[in-house]
Order: sequence, then structure tokens, then C-alpha cells
Amino acid sequence: MAKKHIKFYGGVHPSEGKVSNSESIVNAPLQELYTVPLQQHIGAPTKPVVQKGDKVLRGQLLAEAGGFVSAPIHSPTSGTVKDLTTCLSANGSKTPAMIIESDGEDKTADPLPPFENWEETDPAALKARVGEAGIVGMGGAMFPTIVKFSPPQGVVIDTLILNGVECEPCLTADHRLMLETPEVIIKGARIIGRILGVKRIVIAIEMNKPDAIDTLTQAAKGTDVTVMPLIVRYPQGAEKQLVYAVTGRTVPSGGLPAAVGCVVSNVATTAAICEAVCLGKPLYERVTTVTGTPLVKPGNFRFRFGTLFRTALELCGGVSENPAKIISGGPMMGMAVYSLEIPIVKGTSGITLMSRDEVVQYTPSACLRCGRCNDVCPMTMMPGILSAQIEHQRFELAEKWHVLDCIECGSCAYVCPARRPLVQHIRRAKAVVSAARKAAAAAAAKK
Amino acid sequence: MTEQTIKMPDTSQLVVSSSPHYHDRDTVQKIMFKVIGALTPAALASVYYFGWRAFMVIALCMVSCAAFEALFTRMMGRELAINDGSALLTGMLLGMNLPVTVPIWMCLVGSLAAIGLGKMVYGGLGGNPFNPALVGRVALLIGCPAAMTTWVKPVGCGFAKWVDATTGATPLALIAHCDATTTATRKAVESVASAGYPSVLDLFVGNCGGSLGETCAIALIIGGIFLICVNIIRWQVPVCYIGTVAIFTGIAYAFEPCAHFNPILHILSGGLMLGAFFMATDMVTTPLNRKGSVVFAVGCGILTCVIRLWGSYPEGVSFSILIMNALTPLIDKFTAGRPFGK
Repeated sequence: MAKKHIKFYGGVHPSEGKVSNSESIVNAPLQELYTVPLQQHIGAPTKPVVQKGDKVLRGQLLAEAGGFVSAPIHSPTSGTVKDLTTCLSANGSKTPAMIIESDGEDKTADPLPPFENWEETDPAALKARVGEAGIVGMGGAMFPTIVKFSPPQGVVIDTLILNGVECEPCLTADHRLMLETPEVIIKGARIIGRILGVKRIVIAIEMNKPDAIDTLTQAAKGTDVTVMPLIVRYPQGAEKQLVYAVTGRTVPSGGLPAAVGCVVSNVATTAAICEAVCLGKPLYERVTTVTGTPLVKPGNFRFRFGTLFRTALELCGGVSENPAKIISGGPMMGMAVYSLEIPIVKGTSGITLMSRDEVVQYTPSACLRCGRCNDVCPMTMMPGILSAQIEHQRFELAEKWHVLDCIECGSCAYVCPARRPLVQHIRRAKAVVSAARKAAAAAAAKK
Repeated sequence: MTEQTIKMPDTSQLVVSSSPHYHDRDTVQKIMFKVIGALTPAALASVYYFGWRAFMVIALCMVSCAAFEALFTRMMGRELAINDGSALLTGMLLGMNLPVTVPIWMCLVGSLAAIGLGKMVYGGLGGNPFNPALVGRVALLIGCPAAMTTWVKPVGCGFAKWVDATTGATPLALIAHCDATTTATRKAVESVASAGYPSVLDLFVGNCGGSLGETCAIALIIGGIFLICVNIIRWQVPVCYIGTVAIFTGIAYAFEPCAHFNPILHILSGGLMLGAFFMATDMVTTPLNRKGSVVFAVGCGILTCVIRLWGSYPEGVSFSILIMNALTPLIDKFTAGRPFGK
């Protein structure tokens, strides 16, 4: 029997609002134009390998990785490179992008030979495939997966944790993927298991998805993959909290799960890895939840990267009332956007709309010192004290009070009865402190 | 559905803000009114035992605290914030810490001290290091000790006119007197008992002399449990506070049963229940995290016992909480946890 999980400290339980969990995944229809950003990962920018006017096929390389911590970009469909330009990304910045004009034929290039017999393939070749297919963390972080799979010399990874937690309210993309393609996920898990040489593979799913737990348990029969149901608690999908919940190991401050012998991979990423290895399919599409009360018909869609938010909302039949917020991601950690001309990228797990009633703009009042932010902080920090320090520009003090350990889950700001922007202050301080550290390091290097 | 009929969002109306976009529904105002609600059973009990004047004292303190807060916020050029309920709560707690015989002018002075000295001089809600209601009570206790320790025995037949009640000492005053005469013999305790020593049941339901809100233990416990259930107070605080008092007085009783009250009477008498559930749990003036709260509560318990057993005052709850309030920043500093993984 599977081992019992451990409850991580803190956390909150926002209303789940997962209204689209019974909507099957629909393949979004082919678009005429795709706005494909050339940076869909954290790390070095990519280098374009096609030029304006070039004919491309679906899955063809558009831009190659610009370094080890980087991920190549592939064409979402067949057609012509209409333009090399910039586009708006969800965080509000401009990013270089390629406009692909579809020829409507959707001819596939299939440039990557599938590994039919992956069970006997050299793990290094499988790992290289994860890199060439442009796989990044699809839970939202968009960290190149190949880097995650390359632990430092001497570090032994013994546990692979598949993140099917989906603790973010409203989002159901991973849930649907687990229900509809369990065998792909299990196979992907075993491929990653081979790459890393792990002893234990655990799929972690919160108990609010009993159907997914059943489906995957069934699909995992006869394999070395186990399913572990977890209590429902935000932010359990955060790596450090998940590693703790599943294994009881504490990832050291500033460290990665690899430091305690674990690798965490999102279920969507895992499925993409399976497809990259077994079908030779590079990452050019993903399942995204489009949801929210203002939408006529929320749903889960398989979008090619470069599809605009506008198209996604049109597929849901538009809105019944004017939304007050459109969020790239979910309501707890997603980014509010101000335009519909933003493309869906590798990390877009959802698009959440919020109505006027749901979006209340609060005036913060004085801290009551109720301590609720302390009680919910999964990193056992003191957000109330930190935000007071930051408001007084005491960044050096905030650094001493471990501001950089914050995972920005927003639980503190969620519970604050005085409506204080706690995590927002902390984010600002993190930026200031990291910049100061970088500057200090640069100055030290000059000497 | 055709293109024309699809309504698309008007992006000029969009709000852009930093996550989280969801928010818990609890607010400062809701918290304050929940605490007021939790105090209501004890307040009603005080009206039951001490008559309508009890109601008047509590209501007067609430109104005057709100009025003083309004006055001071205006003087400070701030936005009026009395609808957050914190001044009403301070007034209610202050009223419940006064004897029923307290003159009206003292209610006003107490409110002025509580709101002025206890809260607004520090910048208002959130800035005060000491519990405002206790500042008000202690100011009156030091200024007018006679009026603050004139207790009446409730008549116990419900909503009686207060003037009919006879004057009597609180149980703690009785035992303090017993200690002072140093006739530490069982006989003395027995004589105290015969002089109007209340039974455990009387203490539990509040049929004894004392401040308005501190007598009815059962009503305070009900209110306290409600606050624990709605996550406004931490169960650790009353449990550790009362537990410390029980252990401390229990040890004292075990060594000298003749000289001391038994622990059950200690727990049920005086302001301990009110203090443990409603004062030592005040958010603003107590430590931020759970570990700190436990340290705070144990400290309160020890100080209360020290004052009760060896101090010159019969009651130590107010002073012990105020002293621990002063130590709160220090407790916060030393109980600040290391971040996960450090």
C-alpha cells in the first residue's frame, strides 16, 4: 500500500471553482495566424533558424536553444513565416515573436525520429530528446526540463514525483489530461524514470480529483508507478511543499528538489515527454483551461502555441458579462493581463476570467498583527513583519528575515483581514535584494 | 453561433493587479464584531446577575470609547474608522472589567484612558503595544482603588435591581485577606468560607461578586470556544494560560493547602477566564506566531499566580497581561521561525 503523505506547514484552501472539470479536452481549430514567441522558457534567448518568407512545416524548428538553460521553439502548423516581430507576453513585457501564416494543410515535418524501443534506449539519448523537443515545465514556471534532468555530479536522484496536484483554483487542464490520457502520463513517467534512474515514481494528486486518482491507479497497475492521494491544500503544487508532502524531505533554502534526491515533473510535461520520445513530437501544443464566471462556456482546449487569448475566448462562446479581470494562469498566482492579443505559450496552464463582483479592490488598513499570514506561510516566514520592513525601505533587514525564500504563493495576502498587499511587497523586495546581490557580485568580480 | 453574436471583453475595462486575485472573506470589521458577539453571552450573564445597571455600564463604555475614537481620529486628521468595531470592542471589554457600582464619570475617564492613552497615542489600531481596555481598567484601578474594588454580591434571582444587592468581597479578595492575616490554618479558610465563600458551581455560572464580565465562567468559555472555531483566537492561549495557573496554584496548594485556594477556585474566579479568552488573545498586543502565543500565555499564567499569591493586589490578570504585552516584541523576535529548509 502506498505510504501516507505528510501535511506541509501552512497553506490555505481558497474556493476551488473548478467548473470546467467535466469538460473534455477539445482540439482548438486551426488558426490563420499564430504569434509564436521566441522565448517560452526561463533562460537564454533562442536563436531563430528560419527567415521571413520561409516555408515551415508543423513541428519544424523555428528557433534553436541559445544555451544549456534554454529550449528550442517549433512551428505550430505548416505555412509561411510571415514576419519576425514582437508581441505582448502575459507579464506585460514585449518579447520577440514569429508570425506563422497557416497554409491550412497542417502538414507535419516530424523531424525527430521516435524511439520505438525506449525501454532499451540509452537514457542519455532520451534526455537529449527532452532537450531537442523543447520541453519546459508546463506547470507555469517554464524552466527547461533537460536542466532539471541533469543533476550536478554526484547527486543521486531516487524519487520522481509527478505533479498532478493542480492546487490552483479554477484550473482543470491537468485534471482532464490525467483522465483522458492516463497511459501517456504513466509511460512518460517511466521514461523519465529511465532517464534519471530513480527507484520510486509517485504521482501526487489532491483528493478533490478522485476520478483522476482512480484512473491513474488503474493505468499504473503492473508498473512501478504509484499514485499518492494528497489532502487538498494550496500551495501543495509548489515543488518544495510537494517534495515534503510526498517524501518528508526538506529541500534546503535556495536549493532545488535534486538536493534531496527528488525531481518533480508536472503531469502535462510528463505527457509531452512521452510524446516527444515515442512519437517524435516536439512541444508545440498544450492543454489549457479557459474558465471563469463571465464566460459563456468554459472548457479545456488543446491549443497550438501562438494562439491568441482572443481566439481562446471566442472558442468559449465569448463572455456573457464584461469581465473585470483576465488572468493568465489561475487566481492565486496568475498574471492579470490587459490585452487579448497575448499568445498562449508553453506555460499557459489556464486563462481565468473574473467578473466585476469577484474583483473587489480593497483599501489596505493597518496590520492587526493577527498572525494569520504566519500561520499560512508554507515557507514559515513572517510576511507581516517583512511587509512592514519593506514599506519602510528596510531591504537589508528584509534580506536578513529571509525574504528571498518566499515562493510567492500569495497565501499571506489571501488571508490578510486588513487586506494588506503582503506578497506584493515581498515580490518587490525580492527583486530589489536580488538586484543588489547581483550588483555586489559583479563589483566583487571586477576587483 | 456566428461571429457577430459573440460578445468579447472590453479590454479598456480590465483591472490589472498583482496576484493573488482571490481573497479570504474575513475582514478586520468582521473579526471585531465576531469578538463582540462572543462576549455577548457573558455580558448578558452580567445583566442577569447584576441588573440593568450592568447593561448601562457596558453600553456607556462602548459608546464613549467610540466617541473618543471619533474625536481623536478627527483631531489627527484621519479618516473615521469607528465602523471597524475596534473601539466598540475596547469599550465592551472595559465595561466588563468594571464593577457594577462604578460611577458614570469613571466609565468616561476609563474610556478616555483606554482609547486615548491605550490606543490613539500610538497611532490607532494596530500600533498600540498594550491592550487598550486593560490600560483603561488599570488607570481606574490605580486612580480610584476604592470604587474599583467595591463589589456587590449578585442576588442571583435574575435581573434584580442592583441597589438591592448587598456588598461583598470577590472570592479572590477574601482569600487575599486570609493570606494577609497569616492565619494560614484550615480554620481560617473555613471561616472565610462561612463568610460567603462561593461554591464551585456559583463561580462557574457567575453567581459571585466581581467585575461585570468576569464572573460567568461558562458564558466566557462558550464565547471563547466560538472564537477558536472561527479561527480568531488560538486555542493554545487560553489552554496554556489557564493550565499554567492550574499547575502553579496546584503546586502551591499541595504544599500549603491551608494557606491557598485550591486551583479550581483560582481558575474560576477573578478575571482569569475573561483574560485568557478575550484579553491575552488580543491580536494587536500579543505575539504573531503560535509558539510566541504559548510563551505569552505561560508568562501570563506565571505572573498572574505570583501576583495573586504573593502580591498586594488580590487579582493579577490585568497586570500580568499588560506586562506580557510589553514583552511581545521580544517574544516575536525570539520565536521567529526559520524559513522552511533553512
